[in-house]
Amino acid sequence: MRILNASGCLDALAAPDIARQLDAFVTKTVTPLPREGSAPPRIAETAHGMLNAIGLANPGRDHFLAEHLPRLGELGVPLWVSVGGFCADDYAETCSRLTDIEAIELNLSCPNVDEAADSAAEIVAACRHATELSLYAKLSAAHPDVAEVARAVAAAGADGLSLINTLRATALDKRLRPVLARGSGGLSGPALKPIALHAVSVCAEATGLPIVGMGGIGSGRDALEFAACGARDIALGTVLFADPGAPARVRAELAAVCADLGVATPDDATCLAKSPETERKVHA
Amino acid sequence: MLSSGSPSRLRVTGSERIGPYTLVRLERGDLDPGVPGQFFMLEAPGRLLPRPFSLCLAPYRELGFLVDPIGPGTEALCRLRVGDEIGVLGPLGHGYRLDVVDRPLLVGGGIGIAPLPFLAEQLGGSPPVVLGFRSQEHAEAATLLPGAEVVVDPVPVTELIDPGFDVLACGPEPMLRAVAALCPTAQLAWEAPMACGYGACYGCVVEIDGALKRLCLEGPVLDAARVNAHAEAVA
Repeated sequence: MRILNASGCLDALAAPDIARQLDAFVTKTVTPLPREGSAPPRIAETAHGMLNAIGLANPGRDHFLAEHLPRLGELGVPLWVSVGGFCADDYAETCSRLTDIEAIELNLSCPNVDEAADSAAEIVAACRHATELSLYAKLSAAHPDVAEVARAVAAAGADGLSLINTLRATALDKRLRPVLARGSGGLSGPALKPIALHAVSVCAEATGLPIVGMGGIGSGRDALEFAACGARDIALGTVLFADPGAPARVRAELAAVCADLGVATPDDATCLAKSPETERKVHA
Repeated sequence: MLSSGSPSRLRVTGSERIGPYTLVRLERGDLDPGVPGQFFMLEAPGRLLPRPFSLCLAPYRELGFLVDPIGPGTEALCRLRVGDEIGVLGPLGHGYRLDVVDRPLLVGGGIGIAPLPFLAEQLGGSPPVVLGFRSQEHAEAATLLPGAEVVVDPVPVTELIDPGFDVLACGPEPMLRAVAALCPTAQLAWEAPMACGYGACYGCVVEIDGALKRLCLEGPVLDAARVNAHAEAVA
């Protein structure tokens, strides 16, 4: 089981020693044009989670490729580039210009920008034609049937799935006004874990694709639960904000919790927990 | 730049009320107190995210932080008892540049008094200090800076500022903007909500040099010109 960061939850150039704890570093989402992002306030703590409305702040594709990617390459950590856009061609163009990285994660589910006009499967299909690099589709659990979306992107050529993105949410201040300037943001943190575990479970069953599980992972036990639901790898997000040493800590805890449960490695825990819902679908 | 590793676990050595605020003292462990104006992320017991605080006092083998209980995280910090342990990360960010200061004047507003005691100590003991508070109760915090001139609302602290000094300020944004207008060379300790303190969350952006930039990496102490730039461009 590899430990990655969730896209947008670590700046490897600002904190290279933290990034080097990871098995792969996932960049913040890159869009065709530069984006300054949302006005502040951008973050708010909630019960068991936090909201963010960063708004895909990034330097844009050209600057990223010319300035950031070469410097990231010097870190010595395998790189995944998170790609975003507003139509299938946006994504495909960026994919076609990426080389010398381990994988591309297609951000098909940012809650802080308007939906792309094209469907997830259309975007994946366009990117599939544009690159031979490994393509991971990052999906939202806000869809009524995330397994259906997973099947569609698998059919369109995705090599793997990243599950899940934050969920759109709102928090109010003492005067009952939204805390975030944007009004809503993406909910992350421990509140997401049960939702993410379910999404991983049904998508693993539906597609058999390798999955990077994420959503509220803060401990080795959490990571092993994602493996049990079918995740091959995991990503750390919100926990990095409170604990930049989380990658090394979670890796150590993972080994300890495997030993406690009599599981040789996290991979041996994969799919130990099958959701009853998935079982019923299989038998139907 | 942040090295790898989890926050240090530090034991609480003292907690005392100063007006509406609480001064929390922690054993220093192996943490460096850093430069005045730099900040530390303190675990808020029971909460998901740590909270940023500039260092208030650096007694022998201790770190002191002044906490204003304005929400669940800061209230939890004010409830800490001697012997409790919390995670602490820091020092982080850029503090005041003391090498460019010739005639210092320290300016504080409300909880913005927090970094000034450590700053005064690092400047050699007793620079002139002017402070503004919203009430007499809040003004009790002035005891942290003996000899300071103090005003209370509605008198603005800017009335006490002689622009001929090298102003080092910390306080609420309206106060900092007024100081910046009065003293274009002032150094201002800014504030913003932060989830991480080391550039990971992109939450703490402030308009700096006319663009949204992360305060934790650029500041929290900023030259007044960097926050004035955009205001002038608009005007």
